[in-house]
Amino acid sequence: MKRKVLSVLLSVSMLAAVLAGCGSKEAEAPAAPAQTEGDGAGETEAPAENEGGDADASAAGAGTFAIVTKASGNPYNEREASGFEEAMKAMGYSADQIIVRHPEAATADAQITVINELISQNVSAIAIAGNDNDALQPVCEQAASKGIKIISLDSTVNAASRLTHVNQAGTEIIGQTLMDAVLDLSGGEGQWAILSATSQASNQNAWIDAMKKVMEGDAYKGLELVEVAYGDDEYQKSVDQTQALLTNYPDLKVICAPTTVGIMAAAGVLQDKASEVKLTGLGLPSEMADYVGEDKVCPYMYLWNPIDVGRLGAYTSVALVNGDITGAAGEKFTAGDMGEYEIVEAADGGTEIIVGPPFAFTPENIEEWKTVY
Amino acid sequence: MEKKKFDWKAITSSREMSLVIVLILLCAFVQIRNQSFLTGGTMEEMFRNYAVTFILALGMMCVLLTGGIDISIGSTLAFSGMAAALLMRDYVISTPVSFLVSIAIGAGLGLVIGLVISKGKVPPIVCTLGFMNIYRGLTYLIAHSQWVAAYQFTDSFKNFALTKYLGLGLVNNMIAVTIYIYIIFYIVMKWTTVGRRVYAVGSNAEAAAVSGINIDNVKIGVYTLMGLLCGLGGALWTSLYKSAQGDMATGIEMDVIAACVVGGVSLTGGRGSVVGVMLGSLTIAIIGKALPLIGVSQFWQNGIKGLIILAAVILNVLAQRTMDKNNLKRREM
Amino acid sequence: MATKSGRTIIAEQKFSWKIFFLKWEWLLVILFIGINLMNANLSQYYLSGEGLLNATNSFLEKAFVALPMAYILVLGDIDISVGSTACLSAVMLAYCYNLGVPMGACVLICLLTGTICGAVNGLILTRFTELAPMIVTLGTQILFRGIAEAMLGDEARGGLSTVKWFSDLYWGKLGIVPIMLLCFIICAAVFAFVLHKTCFGRRLYAIGANKLAAEYAGIKVQQIRMIVFTLTGTFAAVTAVFLAARMGSTRADIATGYEMEAIAMAVLGGFSTDGGKGNFPGLVLAIFIVGMLRYGLGLINIPSQLMLVVIGALLIVTVMLPNIRSMVKIQKKAA
Repeated sequence: MKRKVLSVLLSVSMLAAVLAGCGSKEAEAPAAPAQTEGDGAGETEAPAENEGGDADASAAGAGTFAIVTKASGNPYNEREASGFEEAMKAMGYSADQIIVRHPEAATADAQITVINELISQNVSAIAIAGNDNDALQPVCEQAASKGIKIISLDSTVNAASRLTHVNQAGTEIIGQTLMDAVLDLSGGEGQWAILSATSQASNQNAWIDAMKKVMEGDAYKGLELVEVAYGDDEYQKSVDQTQALLTNYPDLKVICAPTTVGIMAAAGVLQDKASEVKLTGLGLPSEMADYVGEDKVCPYMYLWNPIDVGRLGAYTSVALVNGDITGAAGEKFTAGDMGEYEIVEAADGGTEIIVGPPFAFTPENIEEWKTVY
Repeated sequence: MEKKKFDWKAITSSREMSLVIVLILLCAFVQIRNQSFLTGGTMEEMFRNYAVTFILALGMMCVLLTGGIDISIGSTLAFSGMAAALLMRDYVISTPVSFLVSIAIGAGLGLVIGLVISKGKVPPIVCTLGFMNIYRGLTYLIAHSQWVAAYQFTDSFKNFALTKYLGLGLVNNMIAVTIYIYIIFYIVMKWTTVGRRVYAVGSNAEAAAVSGINIDNVKIGVYTLMGLLCGLGGALWTSLYKSAQGDMATGIEMDVIAACVVGGVSLTGGRGSVVGVMLGSLTIAIIGKALPLIGVSQFWQNGIKGLIILAAVILNVLAQRTMDKNNLKRREM
Repeated sequence: MATKSGRTIIAEQKFSWKIFFLKWEWLLVILFIGINLMNANLSQYYLSGEGLLNATNSFLEKAFVALPMAYILVLGDIDISVGSTACLSAVMLAYCYNLGVPMGACVLICLLTGTICGAVNGLILTRFTELAPMIVTLGTQILFRGIAEAMLGDEARGGLSTVKWFSDLYWGKLGIVPIMLLCFIICAAVFAFVLHKTCFGRRLYAIGANKLAAEYAGIKVQQIRMIVFTLTGTFAAVTAVFLAARMGSTRADIATGYEMEAIAMAVLGGFSTDGGKGNFPGLVLAIFIVGMLRYGLGLINIPSQLMLVVIGALLIVTVMLPNIRSMVKIQKKAA
């Protein structure tokens, strides 16, 4: 009997130790007196937060701001979140007013759980990189009904679920840029293939559609798109798919991989084989530094700065909460040192803010960017 | 005359042989659809990409032989591979050292699992389910969710998967390592007391204990060995893909278990052979490599893979039943 | 047998406070209280009645499949295809709805799909009794998801939330109590009753304790396994219905990893993968322990990687604890 009690105590203390270990980081959060927050809507929450928070928080404004990325363990998402944090801090918000959440898996399911938890915390705004266009609608509506401002960034949620979308670069511009790169690298004609992420990724599918539309133009009629392969953003699968492309289409001239994992995997394969096939697409400079070069497999590639996407997400969230903008097309606001941005109509019926054109990484600038992101 | 006929039957109805026949049919079918399948280049690629699966399947066989199971191998591989990659990034260690570090870490992680299973009496599937989460979480944490990118590895490490110095200039290093390990396992499992003990524990634990085998030690041994191979796999993986990511090798456990079972290893313990495991891994590798080649739509690949696995295990059972029946018949005579 | 099953088969056992308090479930009760106290301390948002009830919504849809999983574990079997079954059923539901089938019929089709998937598992396992359930369900796991992928390809099928009553299954409430919580309580009660108070339930334990003996005692072992695996398929589809209601759209990658979560819940609740052990109060407690722990840690926004470590450690430590106690006992006796 005694021993049983002992073992129970032991288990509880062990658990407590485990949790204390992980809770310690959060321990510095203000231990605000437990408030009865059952019916606390966003508005009544704001002053309560001020009481508990430090004095300088009131200078910048109240409320907590959350960013929900696609999933944990991906440097791109980490950069995006760090940009968000950086901008929030630049605006004078304190660390405990910023919540960064990376869901366990890159699924809408995991994001719904996270958003539910954020609703319970009465956050003021959520910026989310959607894993699914439609599946987040019920939970976003739930959040909106509590007065939480929802925006999407990087990857959209549907128009009904969001106030506006922070788009890293216009879909058409990306399609045009990538097609021009393919045209250039192929020398004007020949076979080329796309290596995409998962077959369900809304981002990639939109870009691929845009590329196909561009390809209808006269200048591109020498090009033949032989296959769209899907590497599921898994390294091994992307490698398998690239090798299959090379075996199946010996005359292939260019592979375009509009995904950071896919382009890396393809680059590895092409370099190992010393292949003549050229590669372009969207890739992180830090991961691709080894492969970008004049005589290397990838002469140049594109990406936007994920840090900027996160930063603009932060400025937009704050502008929405402060009432500077409502998310309607035509509104303008100033995003700190990033300058002025205008909200425009998006193709899906909602509105969006475009960060800027995609940035080209060339052999000349790759060295300086590889340490940045 | 009669004797010859009997031998033929024995061979065709042996489980390994039935698998070989299935494999030959599979290869022939793929080859007809795409001539480039049975060529040196494609084959080398296949063996290189699936070397890790081949190696892990051997460890998994040992675990399964004792009646256990290990579903944490993907996480163990990721942790040891990531740890070695981080060391290489921050302290620029040489290739052999990084392999040793990865192997040592893997063995350590496996040892912990073995101890919890044998001394803590936690059922293997539960224990490794827990450690699957723990090791995966720790992998992300030690890497701060970053990847180790190609330019952060040393050239000799990256070239390991491309050169042939371990394979005596004949085969790629990755394939050479796989072959050496298969030879070692074949000898150890078949002709040494260590190997026979693993079989003994799996087929009848009580009898094994009575005959003086320390069951706990055998169990700790097989899980440590599994971890060790995972560590090796982690180093091979990072050198092959020139990149270490927190989510690498997620879900590889299911491929490896499938390889073992298709190869005739019993999940209840005590039955399975190195040759069978090799054939099973080959099946998995061929499915993975060949389906994209014969233009099967991406979206049908999983369905076909599932069907092939099910068909293989059911054929296996049918072969076993015929074998048993034949044995009975012989006894009657 | 009594020792292996961990429970005595004698009909009336003398009530004793000592035995009552020595039960495994008390460990879970204490854990449950501990986790709630900790959560309440860590986050000021935790202890609000509405919040707590809403919190159950974040994990209960997975719990439906943990109920029949417990039966399967009692039998000494395992089923790792439930996640894929749920996925295929949900995909079927959305697919039919988009073809214009009324929602009520879609839900029935969904349940039917799950039942068929379960029956396929059951059929293979009972026709080829030599095969381990682990490998058969591994095969069907890949197969069922493969079929879902083949059906949807790269699309998502949505628009389900336009049907009010359907979306209310997950988001709706009766008073302040979520509808899903009510459904779960009813299902859990029925499952508990069947396992603990009926002949069928006793037979499950008998099979799990010793399959051969059970067969000799006249229990139709294969028939019962068939029923339980089919039932598991059905409840995987129930999970699918709630999941579809939650998201309002489906795609081929949903419900990944649910099988392991269901197994973890059942094992934490005291069901052993060796069979013949465990009871429902423990299971329900375990479901709430894992769910509330996740919710609480979510409220203080700990990184999801750490969450993995905590949940894994919790699983291993709780399962190991009673064994450590018995080990200490044995060593003392030996000394």
